[in-house]
Amino acid sequence: MNIMETTTQGRAGAVDMTHGGGGRAMVELIRNVFQRHLSNAILDAGNDGALIDVPRGRLVMSTDGHVVSPLFFPGGDIGCLAVHGTLNDVAMMGARPLYLTAGFIIEEGFALADLERIVASMARAAREAGVAIVTGDTKVVEKGKGDGVFITTTGLGVVAEGVEVGGDRARPEQVILLSGTIGDHGIAILSKRESLEFETEIISDTAALHGLVADMIEVAPSLSVLRDPTRGGLAATLNEIAHQSHVGMRLEESAIPLRADVKAACELLGLDPLYVANEGKLIAICNEDDAERLLAVMRAHPLGRDAARIGVVTADVNNLVQMRTGFGGTRLVDWLAGEQLPRIC
Amino acid sequence: MKYVDEYRRSDLSGKLAAAIAREAHPDRTYHVMEFCGGHTHAIFRYGVQDLMPGNVRFVHGPGCPVCVLPVRRLDDAVELAEGHGVILCSYGDMMRVPGTKQRSLIRAKADGADIRMVYSTQDALRIARENPSREVVFFAIGFETTTPPTAVAIRQAAAEGLSNFSVFCNHVLTPAAIQHILQSPEVRNLGTVLIDGFLGPSHVSSVIGSEPYQFFAEEFQKPVVIAGFEPLDVLQSTLMLIRQVNEGRHEVENEYTRVVTREGNVKAQSLVADVFELRASFEWRGLGTVPYSALKIRDGYAEFDAERRFAISEKASREVKSCECPAILRGVKKPTDCKLFGTVCTPDNPMGSCMVSSEGACAAYWTYGRFRSVGGEVRTVMPEVAG
Repeated sequence: MNIMETTTQGRAGAVDMTHGGGGRAMVELIRNVFQRHLSNAILDAGNDGALIDVPRGRLVMSTDGHVVSPLFFPGGDIGCLAVHGTLNDVAMMGARPLYLTAGFIIEEGFALADLERIVASMARAAREAGVAIVTGDTKVVEKGKGDGVFITTTGLGVVAEGVEVGGDRARPEQVILLSGTIGDHGIAILSKRESLEFETEIISDTAALHGLVADMIEVAPSLSVLRDPTRGGLAATLNEIAHQSHVGMRLEESAIPLRADVKAACELLGLDPLYVANEGKLIAICNEDDAERLLAVMRAHPLGRDAARIGVVTADVNNLVQMRTGFGGTRLVDWLAGEQLPRIC
Repeated sequence: MKYVDEYRRSDLSGKLAAAIAREAHPDRTYHVMEFCGGHTHAIFRYGVQDLMPGNVRFVHGPGCPVCVLPVRRLDDAVELAEGHGVILCSYGDMMRVPGTKQRSLIRAKADGADIRMVYSTQDALRIARENPSREVVFFAIGFETTTPPTAVAIRQAAAEGLSNFSVFCNHVLTPAAIQHILQSPEVRNLGTVLIDGFLGPSHVSSVIGSEPYQFFAEEFQKPVVIAGFEPLDVLQSTLMLIRQVNEGRHEVENEYTRVVTREGNVKAQSLVADVFELRASFEWRGLGTVPYSALKIRDGYAEFDAERRFAISEKASREVKSCECPAILRGVKKPTDCKLFGTVCTPDNPMGSCMVSSEGACAAYWTYGRFRSVGGEVRTVMPEVAG
C-alpha cells in the first residue's frame, strides 16, 4: 500500500488530523493538492520560506483572511476570492502585485475534492493575474473548530516612482469615481445562504483589479485615492476615506450604478445596497481636470465598463458623507454599526 | 424597478412639495404624527423633510415594533435562552436591543446562549423540526403585520405535533396605542404634544383595514390618512392630511389604496382570531401599561405558549437612567433633546431601543439626519420646484 492510499484516498476522501500533523500525510497533501496546482519555481524549491529578488521601487504588503460562507457561490469561491481580495488590497496602494502567500486552516472532515476545487480556483485566479503563490502553510483543526476552510493570503507588490496613492490624500473639490455596479457580491452570497435561498442570476463580481489600476495610473497622475469597497460596502469605504483625509463628501444617489436585480433583492431583504459588499469594484478620487480622461480609461477596461462619477469631496470638519437622494432630499450615508440587520415591517 | 421606482420619482416629489407649500397656510403650523417607524425611516432615508415647508413638522410616533417592547420582556427572552437552555429564534432587529444592564440577545449569544436570527416564523419551525431533542422558542414581536405569520406557525406546529416548538408572544395592537396617545395628558390637557393628524400605518392597515381608525378619528376629531411607506406616499398623504385640517374635516382617508381596503385581510384576521385573544393589559416602553393593547395565545394552543411552558422568573428590569426613549416614543421629546443622544448613545453602543432599530427615531436621526444638527457642510434646503 503506498502513501497515497493511506492518506488522501484511504480516508473517504476527507481531510483528517494527520494531514496537519507534519508527517507523511501532510507532505502528500501538499504535494498532491497544493503543489500540483500552484506549481512555480519558488514554491517548488520546497523551502520553509520563499526566496525572491527585491524589485526596484517601494514595496507594498497586505494581508487578508477569508472566511466566506458558503465556500462556493455564484461567480466564484473562497479560492479565487482569497487571491482577488489580497491582490486588490495591494493594487489599491497603486502597486503592481508580484507574489502571494497562502495559509489554510482546514476543518477535519472537509472533502478533499472540495479542497482541490478551491486550490485549482486559486491557481487559475493567480495565473490570470500574473502573480505566483510562492509559499504557504496548512493546518488542520478538529471538527467543529472551523467552518470548512479559512484562507489567509498575503500579497507583495511594488509601487512605481511618482505614484502617490493613499486614503489620506483626498482633498476638497476632487471628484469621486466608482468603477461599476454595487452590491453584486454581497447579494450573490446572500442568495445562497441557508434559510435565505432565492432564485437569481446575480453573480459575484470577484475580480483582480490591478490591470484596471495600471491603466488608470498611466493617464491620471493626480489620482489621489484608490480603494475597493468590500465589507461594509461603498458607504463604509467612503466614510473611512473621509475620516482618513479629514474631508466630507457629497454623493448623487442617482449616479451610483446599481443593477436592477440587486436593487430588487435589497428591497426584498430590507438591505441598503450602499452597505452591501463588493469584491471587484474600486473607488477612485482625482482632480476635476483628470476625471473625464480617467472615466474614459475605466470604461474601456472590462472591469470598469459601468464606471461613473458619483460625487465630490467637500470641506467638512465633521467628515460626514452626505447624499442627495434620488427623491430630491439630502441624507447622511453613515457608517454601519455592526452588520446590517433586516427590518421587521 | 416596477412598483418601487414609481413611488420615488424626483419629478413628482417636486410637484407634490409645491402643492404642500401652496396648501399649508403660512400663519399656522401643522404637526403630523407618523405612527410607524417605517414612515420615520422613509422620511429620513429619502430626505423628505427637505421638501417640506418649515411649518409642516413630523412628530415621530411609537410604531417601531422593537422600540415599544419593554425591557422586562427582553430580559425574559434572554432568560429563556440562558436559563432554560432553549434555542431562541428572533428577528434580526431585536438582536442588539439592550436589556437590563445593557444585556442584549447578541451579548447572550456571544456568551454561549443558542440564539438564532431568523427571517420568518417558517425558519423557526424548520429549526424545531431539525432539533427534536431541543426546545425551540420563537420570540414573537411586532404589530398586526407580524402577527398572522406567528398564528400560522402555531397552527402548523399543532397540525404537525411539533411538541418542542413554542412562542413567546409579544404581539401588540396599533389602534389601542394611538388611542392611548390621544388620551394622554400631554396631548389632551398639557399641550406639550401637538398633533393635528396622523399618517396611519401602511402594512398594519393591509391586515386590519382602514375601519379600526374610524372610532378615534371621530372621537378625538383627528384626521387619519393611511399612508404607504414609499416617500411619494408620505408626501401625498401629508398633502391629504393638511387639506383635511384646513377644511376642518377629521376623516379616515386611504392613500395606500394599492394595498389597503376598508375590511383589510379577512383571512389573516381570522387566523389571528383563531390563535390569539386580547390581553387585559400589556406594558409598552414609553406608553406604560395600556389596557387591551396586546395579544396572548388562546387556551386551545396553550402548549405552544412559552410563557406557560417555562417558569419565567419575576425580575427587577431597569432601563438606562436618563434614556429618553419613553418620551421620544410618545412624541413628547425629540432625539436631540436626550442628553445621551450622540454622546454615550450611538448605534455602535445603543442605550435605548430607539437607537437600535432602523425604524427607531433616534437611529434615523443619527444615521441619516445628524448633519442637520452638527453643522458641517451647508445642506441643500428646498430643491428647485418646477411647475
